[in-house]
Amino acid sequence: MKDGKFITMAFESSCDETSVAVLADGREVWANVISSQIDIFKQYGGVVPEIASRHHLENINRVVDQAMEEAKVTWKDIDLIGVTMGPGLVGALLMGVATAKAAAFAHDIPLVGVHHILGHISANYIEYPELKPPFMALVTSGGHTNIIDVEDYNRCRVLGATRDDAVGEAYDKVARVLGLGYPGGPKMDKLAKEGNPDAIPFKRVYLEKDSYDFSFSGLKTAVLNYLNTEKQAGREVNKADVAASFQQAVMDVIVDKSVGAVLERYGNDPAKSAGKKLVLAGGVASNTKLRAMLEDACAKKGIELFRPSPILCTDNAAMIGCSAYYKYKEFGADSMDMDAYPSLPLPDVE
Amino acid sequence: MEFKRIIEIRNEDDTRAFGLALAEEALPGTVYALIGDLGTGKTTLTKSIAEGLGIERHITSPTFTIVQEYREGRLPLFHFDVYRLRNAEDLFEIGADEYFYGRGVCVVEWADLVMEALPEDTKFICIDYAEEENGRVYKCTF
Repeated sequence: MKDGKFITMAFESSCDETSVAVLADGREVWANVISSQIDIFKQYGGVVPEIASRHHLENINRVVDQAMEEAKVTWKDIDLIGVTMGPGLVGALLMGVATAKAAAFAHDIPLVGVHHILGHISANYIEYPELKPPFMALVTSGGHTNIIDVEDYNRCRVLGATRDDAVGEAYDKVARVLGLGYPGGPKMDKLAKEGNPDAIPFKRVYLEKDSYDFSFSGLKTAVLNYLNTEKQAGREVNKADVAASFQQAVMDVIVDKSVGAVLERYGNDPAKSAGKKLVLAGGVASNTKLRAMLEDACAKKGIELFRPSPILCTDNAAMIGCSAYYKYKEFGADSMDMDAYPSLPLPDVE
Repeated sequence: MEFKRIIEIRNEDDTRAFGLALAEEALPGTVYALIGDLGTGKTTLTKSIAEGLGIERHITSPTFTIVQEYREGRLPLFHFDVYRLRNAEDLFEIGADEYFYGRGVCVVEWADLVMEALPEDTKFICIDYAEEENGRVYKCTF
């Protein structure tokens, strides 16, 4: 405890960021240090897992020190340690889990393992101190594309998921084909602004009627086929038009499905109207096109839209600390044999 | 690389039939290595192998996690996508040997990036685009 507040320290190392945060009473961020490794990865065109774990190892103590210094706390102030236990790259996850366990054991502090996706959703509790479940969440990132009905802090139901590529991954692959480099998402977003979204009629993939699942693999192939056809015909390709048309085809489907899910679950029954909210999470939530289209669609349907600031959309430890706080309040601490699980499932209510 | 068979694939039905046959032939420790550009249908072929092994879950791209495990079928399936790795050494670092010499079937997408890390008896399938649309050519070393 410090200043009468419950202090949580959190670790996140599921992919390319080493991050350590300190939070007061679950939602107030005192420090959120992110050691971005993006510069190292640029030259390889993607996250390199072996490099990632090695760098987590090299970074983590320095990041811990900086977070404690910024938050002005010592180990005896800390009431809870939270850590991402999955999903993610096993070597990278293990660095966070091992560090969190060591700190918890050495300083006799309760330890809680957090699901990375619940962490992303929890970023919204930090951004919006009044926000409470239930609501619908749209989680889009390099590794995930989900529509999740969040019934409570620790309970949710996955309504839709990608059947092949995650949306951020589709962006990265198309960006690579267009020669834009890594990370693909922000570069495609920027280039798309200069292009015509109706230039190329890429097919919108909705799958079965009423399905909230996604499929982006076919769209990636369609872009490749288009580029090959143009190349063979000797025509100059307008990359901005390709980026804009690809982005429009992706976002049309994401917006329709996520808005549809809110309305189906929370839009018809007045007793459930408290949940008529759409909460964005994950790296792709920073995409300007997605934000603009959702603002428009949600305003038309009377849905309240929540979007964390870009820093809370990236992988960061503050969101993990927030999620750990709510898990600890309900279920208490995890045991010390808690481990990293690369394909950890969400705590689904069904 | 010496090819024993060249198979012409006209459409996704052909891919499925081939994938189901690969699943039937698979033994514990079989490694199928897929080599082909973005969009040639490596994951589509993997889906059919999974189906043949009796796995009902959706096979999602393992690009993010490098390897995705499916343990509910006739044999466990370990689906690798090494697109983001630089070389064979990276694959060793993530413990791939335990999968390759284990009791399951491994499918490795972008295998050309990690040739030295693959077992000697790896079965290679090189996938090319065919002349006709949706067509593919599978060149197999087995």
